[in-house]
Amino acid sequence: MIRKKWKLGFWIMPILLIGASACSTVKEYQKSYLNDAEMVLANRKIEKTENSFQSYREGASGASGGKAGGGCGCN
Amino acid sequence: MKKVSLGIAALFLNLFASFAQAPNDSSQYKNHKISFEEANLVSSYYHQEGVNAVVTGGRGSEKLTDISNVIDLKIFRYDKRFRKHTFDIEVGVDHYTSASSDMIDLKANSSASSGDTRIYPSLNWNVENSPKATVFGAGAAISREFDYLSYNGNVNFSLKTKDRSGEFSATIHAFFDQVSIIAPVELRTGSGRGDDYPSKGRKTVDFSYSYSQIINKRLQIMLLGDIVAQNGYLSLPFHRVYTSDGQVHQELLPSNRLKIPVGIRANYFLGDRFVFRAYYRFYTDSWGLGAQTASLEIPVKITPFISLSPFYRYYQQSAIKYFAAFEMHDATDAYYTSNYDLSKFTSNFYGMGIRLSPAKGLLGNPHLAMLEIRYGHYTKNINMVSNIVSLNLKFK
Repeated sequence: MIRKKWKLGFWIMPILLIGASACSTVKEYQKSYLNDAEMVLANRKIEKTENSFQSYREGASGASGGKAGGGCGCN
Repeated sequence: MKKVSLGIAALFLNLFASFAQAPNDSSQYKNHKISFEEANLVSSYYHQEGVNAVVTGGRGSEKLTDISNVIDLKIFRYDKRFRKHTFDIEVGVDHYTSASSDMIDLKANSSASSGDTRIYPSLNWNVENSPKATVFGAGAAISREFDYLSYNGNVNFSLKTKDRSGEFSATIHAFFDQVSIIAPVELRTGSGRGDDYPSKGRKTVDFSYSYSQIINKRLQIMLLGDIVAQNGYLSLPFHRVYTSDGQVHQELLPSNRLKIPVGIRANYFLGDRFVFRAYYRFYTDSWGLGAQTASLEIPVKITPFISLSPFYRYYQQSAIKYFAAFEMHDATDAYYTSNYDLSKFTSNFYGMGIRLSPAKGLLGNPHLAMLEIRYGHYTKNINMVSNIVSLNLKFK
């Protein structure tokens, strides 16, 4: 039951997120917040080893913009 | 290892100095010469403790220490059509010591098998066509350690929407790996001496995709996922499995695995000081493992150049179909493992980072653009705990 709720949440979340905030065209000079280093939509370089140990110590990997399998002596 | 670390640091500083001395004016752009973009040094110290070592069949010390150093150099040039070519050269070296690895040979405690060094150089190239809003790229990498060799390559493509508020990206990544068949000592046939172990192959193809969208001046999101197909020898030969009749076996897992993770990132800038970095991932695979990951990091800008970043990550997974604990497998099972990393558990990971990026550089060096230190504490509810400290120095 809990798993079904998680799955439902997974599909609904992005739809709500996009629907609730109507996309607006943002001009280059209005991107001061979006261009901040903390706003990058990716793992940061300092997280490299964290992502690596998590891929060894956990069964799931991927959907992070990085490695999702192969290249390491792990299952 | 200290010598290796110092050698890497010296090499890195020399390399950086040679770029730093080059004039950085607009004539380079006009002449289409190679220019320095940035360089990063990331060093980490990781230590873990646990009681479910897979080498000894799911029980025993998981004590492990890993020190890693990664140097990343990014350079670029413009071609005659003013397309930007970026080259990313990376070299990483990890060294670990592990109590459980030392138990592959039960009588050889504190032998050379208790540690290993992994070296992984890579080269990536991207060409950006600004008028068309496209990026095309390719890359190759090698990873080498005592019992594992991997060659891999990738090609990638990305395209922005007409108003440049959205971007679609796709990457195909292929890994060609060789696993040395180092069996637990009591299961070896023949002399079992020397380093000329036989090997078995495994292949991985990963199709990775993402779509990012600017929602407004403060919010942007990304939907991302992978489809990963693996085949070949997906077990590890030194993982012991004790069956209910007391016999010891090598881990045996299916020769195919399909992984499907999908995720979403959302970053929101609140006021002038707070950034909310949220992430959620759903994962399923053909071995029956399902997982959820949710994380939130909130960088707080103390000043425009100093930020503190507390973070928390929650993870939970179900066990794969082929997992059972020590002496819980039946000898007639088709596949078996006692690897607790593939068992049912939840984990929590939390910590704090600090980032310093003054406009005039750090420590009087205008090229040292950023220093970041991050600490994280990780726990599993199956008696495993670890700590990690990382340092990132960025030169521009």
